[in-house]
Amino acid sequence: MAAFSRFEQLGLPTRRNEWWHYTDLRAAMREAAPLAPTPDHPTIEAARELLQARKPIGAGRVVLVNGVLVGALCQGLPAGVVFQQKELPSADIDDPMVALNEAMSLDAGVLHVADGAALADPVEIVHLTAGSRPQATYSRLAIAVGADAKADFVEVFIGATAGVQRNASAFLSLGADAKVRHVAMLDDQAELHVESHTIQLAARAELNAFALVAGGALTRRQLFVRLAGEDAKIALGGLALIDDSRRADTTLQVNHKATGGTSREFFRAIVDDEGVGVFQGKIIVEKAAQKTDGSMKSQAILLSPKAQMNAKPELEIFADDVACGHGATIGSLDPEQLFYLQARGIPRAEAESMLLEAFGGEAIDRIEERRLIEPLRASFVAWLAMGRGKPTRAPK
Amino acid sequence: MLMLEVEHLSVTVHGKPILDDLSLSVRTGEVAAIMGPNGSGKSTLSYVIAGKPDYDVTSGRILLEGEDLLELDPTERALKGVFLAFQYPIEIPGVATMTFLKTALNAGRRARGESDLTTPEFMRRVREASQLLKIDQEMLRRPLNVGFSGGEKKRLEILQMALIQPRLAVLDETDSGLDIDALKVVAEGVNRLRDPARGFLVITHYQRLLDHIRPDVVHVMARGRIVASGGPELAVELERKGYRQFEEEAA
Repeated sequence: MAAFSRFEQLGLPTRRNEWWHYTDLRAAMREAAPLAPTPDHPTIEAARELLQARKPIGAGRVVLVNGVLVGALCQGLPAGVVFQQKELPSADIDDPMVALNEAMSLDAGVLHVADGAALADPVEIVHLTAGSRPQATYSRLAIAVGADAKADFVEVFIGATAGVQRNASAFLSLGADAKVRHVAMLDDQAELHVESHTIQLAARAELNAFALVAGGALTRRQLFVRLAGEDAKIALGGLALIDDSRRADTTLQVNHKATGGTSREFFRAIVDDEGVGVFQGKIIVEKAAQKTDGSMKSQAILLSPKAQMNAKPELEIFADDVACGHGATIGSLDPEQLFYLQARGIPRAEAESMLLEAFGGEAIDRIEERRLIEPLRASFVAWLAMGRGKPTRAPK
Repeated sequence: MLMLEVEHLSVTVHGKPILDDLSLSVRTGEVAAIMGPNGSGKSTLSYVIAGKPDYDVTSGRILLEGEDLLELDPTERALKGVFLAFQYPIEIPGVATMTFLKTALNAGRRARGESDLTTPEFMRRVREASQLLKIDQEMLRRPLNVGFSGGEKKRLEILQMALIQPRLAVLDETDSGLDIDALKVVAEGVNRLRDPARGFLVITHYQRLLDHIRPDVVHVMARGRIVASGGPELAVELERKGYRQFEEEAA
């Protein structure tokens, strides 16, 4: 059990670990929830009910209940896509939560997209937590997209209630010339949500990935990206909606290893109440990665005096012929824009909602596919409508 | 009948006095022009009428048909019938122009106890009003004011005014940044809205706008107050002689 000993050696991350500087899990995870067992029949039936209540996105669905693949709940995958349960190799990443995932997960599998396949509809991957007791779930999934294939994926996390500690690892690899869009949506109420993505792009592969974080008491998304082949392109985006005393951390590293790579990171956050947002991003341009074009932006709107945003974009450049930039802004709603809308008779709260929807919508729209944009927008608008993110509401 | 009464209004911005005991009234059905040099406080007056925050009213009143506006927030003033055509309309990325127009129109309807417009009815009204203002439908598909030329922004302000049908329209330097053709289109748009039940306050630096929107009265503003009032001939005199005589009088 090499993964166990690696986790033991590393321990739960604390602020001393720079990669985890803003999210101290040792302090947050005082108690480890018991490991969720392989789902039994009643659990699967409960999961089936939860699934029936929601509208599927796209065609073809892979369902993991409490981290374990449940074939009975999956729906026909399109031609060219195969799911295979199998052990996955260790990630060559020194991260305690990735090691813990490997040590604890009961199950693992690979979703293969054949070379040259062009999927007409998105494939949905549902991570469903069933059961109301405190429990820890671990999932481990690889998505391997073959050369020259085109595919869209939507990963949704649903069903978690307070007391659920979730650790999900995903390994996404794109073959040469593959074009992939990937959307992650989180709007349930896990106590802890750790999501680790290891992403690798071969030559000329293109990935556009986006995540909406609308729930979870403590959310940590970490992305380890390698542009391994030349002229690969990646766009990473996200919108974090953080209210109450929730915390949401996005930490990513994009490693340009070959010439001509392009990377765009565009992350926005709306932070209300006593919420805390974190964005840490690092673009590394290795010596061989000449002609790299990289840019990273983090923008946040704070809606309350106690809301917090920590943004730390970084560049590490070892090549000499590159164009790279980064920026971070943290502010409030623009009073000039608010006045303009109000001067047309629009009530203040509605004007604020319009501006917030515009701010978040611009991040969502970058996924550039209507069928993916619509569910994201719907979830975002639902968050706004629930009275979250409204600075003029009565004080608690 | 008086549409607007500004009485002894003094205003400071960050402690600096801008309006100084200014009094002015606009009769119902009247087009009143305010002319004045840069820095005389014209834009401040328009913002204070519309309720922009950050202006401290240290004394005086502003009444719309007898009702005190100063107690109301900008939304409430707009719903009472005040419309400010901005000198610099604000760009709002991510808000579609059509969505904005629909939200604004329906906000007014809801305040009057009317139901929201149906989409076809809304589209019909926008199409009609925009054709008169030579506004391209493509422009209305863009985010609000984003990437609009100066002329497009001003025409969109007039389009909003035509759709909202305010009781009092305050036009803040609507002529600035317009070439002569755009100026004519905008002026015609304003003239179509002239109505015995509506008042206009047209703020401008130059007389040329007033060649196209003929005012009933002209007020001259300098150093935060009205220093002269008269008929349209006053605008012509100003164009010939400049503002200097009035600035000296105000000092």
